[in-house]
Amino acid sequence: MNEMRPDTFDENAKAALQDEVLRGALTKATGLFGERRTAAVEEVPDWEPLRERARQVKEEVLAHLDEYLPRFVMNAERQGIVVHWARDAKEACQVVVDLATARGVKTVVKSKSMTTEEIHLNAALEREAVEPVETDLGEWIIQLAGETPSHIIVPAIHKTKRQVAELFTEKIGIPATDDEKELTRCARDVLRARFAEADMGISGANFAIAETGSILLLENEGNIRLTTSLPRFHLAVLGIEKIIPTLADLAAFLRLLPRSGTGQHLTSYQSILSGPRRDGDTEGPEEVHVLLLDNGRSRMLRERVTRQSLACIRCGACLNACPVYQQVGGHAYGSVYPGPIGAIITPQLSGLHKAAQLPYASSLCGACRQVCPVKIDIPELLLHLRHRIASGEGLPGSDVPGRPLLERFGFKLWAWAMRGPRRYRIANRLLRWLAPLRVGPVRAWTAARDLRPPAKRTFRDAWRDGIEDPS
Amino acid sequence: MRVALFPTCLVDQFWPSVGVATVRVLRRVGCEVMFDEQLTCCGQPAFNTGYREEAARVAGPVVDRLDAMGVDAVVVPSGSCGAMFRHLTEVFPSGPRADRARAVASMTHELSSFLVDVLGRTDVGGRFDGRVTWHDGCHGLRELSIHSAPRRLIADVEGAELVEMGSADSCCGFGGTFSVKYPEISVAMLDAKLEKLPNADVRAVVSGDVSCLMQIGGRLSRLGSPVKALHLAELLAGSEGAS
Repeated sequence: MNEMRPDTFDENAKAALQDEVLRGALTKATGLFGERRTAAVEEVPDWEPLRERARQVKEEVLAHLDEYLPRFVMNAERQGIVVHWARDAKEACQVVVDLATARGVKTVVKSKSMTTEEIHLNAALEREAVEPVETDLGEWIIQLAGETPSHIIVPAIHKTKRQVAELFTEKIGIPATDDEKELTRCARDVLRARFAEADMGISGANFAIAETGSILLLENEGNIRLTTSLPRFHLAVLGIEKIIPTLADLAAFLRLLPRSGTGQHLTSYQSILSGPRRDGDTEGPEEVHVLLLDNGRSRMLRERVTRQSLACIRCGACLNACPVYQQVGGHAYGSVYPGPIGAIITPQLSGLHKAAQLPYASSLCGACRQVCPVKIDIPELLLHLRHRIASGEGLPGSDVPGRPLLERFGFKLWAWAMRGPRRYRIANRLLRWLAPLRVGPVRAWTAARDLRPPAKRTFRDAWRDGIEDPS
Repeated sequence: MRVALFPTCLVDQFWPSVGVATVRVLRRVGCEVMFDEQLTCCGQPAFNTGYREEAARVAGPVVDRLDAMGVDAVVVPSGSCGAMFRHLTEVFPSGPRADRARAVASMTHELSSFLVDVLGRTDVGGRFDGRVTWHDGCHGLRELSIHSAPRRLIADVEGAELVEMGSADSCCGFGGTFSVKYPEISVAMLDAKLEKLPNADVRAVVSGDVSCLMQIGGRLSRLGSPVKALHLAELLAGSEGAS
């Protein structure tokens, strides 16, 4: 599983399509989340204005990140938070490892964070003999299994209850059971002990509020509360796009995110964290640090069309709605960020040449755009990336991928043939002659579908002969 | 009303009876139908695969011709190509063609939307014997907001009964070049959709896009299903079986 890469999407997807257990789990889970989302959204009469409001907030921040980031940092520092910066994944991991080793940290409890997955933080910690323990149930399951998340908010969506039960029996030695309450209780017992012994807690953040220097975290399991308050040292790792201007701006996002993600009205816990424990406080960490990560994000700011990628609030609704994701699951994308949002973010983060297949891994059906709570036009971005690949332009400040030469030649030929009635007629004859040979695209089509044979008499033939109205 | 028919390249080359049926339906509701051999393709295959220059080369003469025809409206028997006409403003962002592209885009309508929303007609005199189900093409549904128009038209076809399939709005998996770049995923998407076909004796899956219908029909035919793929225009023209 861990060897899957975005440039092998084709093979990854084919393997996933053969996995009946995986597809069963995906159909069930994406269907359920989709239905819950629809029901939760229908209860909000001002859903569309809310989306528009959230989008405007994000656009404002992203257009003026150079003002909002320093404002956040200034206010965070005023609260006693230490702020670090990292240009890329390597730098970020180094900062975290240095902070941990300087404090003699042996065990780190972690709450679910896609950003730390993005920089492969767990592996970096393990190399320095610091043990990371995932405390979100789904994340912990995949950590036990040695896998990667296959969904942004439901990391173990690809696993069935039975697979989880077998994993628990194998890894933590519990008697075989398929009672989910019992499985959850066992996980809690193990994790509570790990919380007690941890010297450091690492979290992500859903939002960072410039006005107050606080961070906001949403969760359902209570593990984030423990991660951020029990150990003496708390570090939050977040991308620079997580900033929103004011506390008041949270209102829209708090209504949009849980409804879009899990179909909840609100998540069970919402924590606004504003620095370390103060004199007189009886609990809370002694030290709070924030690590702000770029890792390709500032490149996305350069163009209007790519900038909207950074509006994403990681709700996962586009994954559940995507008919491609529903069939192949998250691992096929070979990246931390799967599904439609992954197909646009991964090539921008890791470089077009490393993920050139992903922008094409979509039928452009637009279901993602329809459900996105911040109105990201994902199909527009997919088309933009396809154009940058096909034209050989690449992305600004990034690499230029190899151009698909045969395809390019094909479209040049096609464009020639479609220009003008005479060439078009020649093309029609060529098509009728080529189709039965079943090569190239025709072969791909006919493996599991019949191809309607090209017409001997086209519409224009019929028009020329005169179309009579039936009597 | 003078309308230009943009038949689409797929209709012209693979399913000409849909073009013929569209002409008949339009004439039946009182339109004078024009066509020109310069109207080949809207450029969508290239545009959607990333080849914007090639899309512009193909769509350019089409835009020029449609603009010069002096018609009141352009009618397209496809939601997908209809949506592409709106994207032509991105293909021609500036220059003299930008104005023409905008003008043509604003007078172009998908067939069902033209009949119901522009002309206010739902009964166009079609006849069909049996039950049908409807497939929403993604671009018509999500880019042109076409949902009720085709359903109202079907409801007024004498003898036809619409049975919804539950997954009417889920993608059929065609997706243009996606269907041949990732044929296995494309077919898996379709099979997931077809699983929700109503059991009730449905004779045809009807849609407003020949592209979706080639996908759906090609699979149904391979699976040996008696259910046919039928374009809305054929259903409305009462020319069932002509395909």
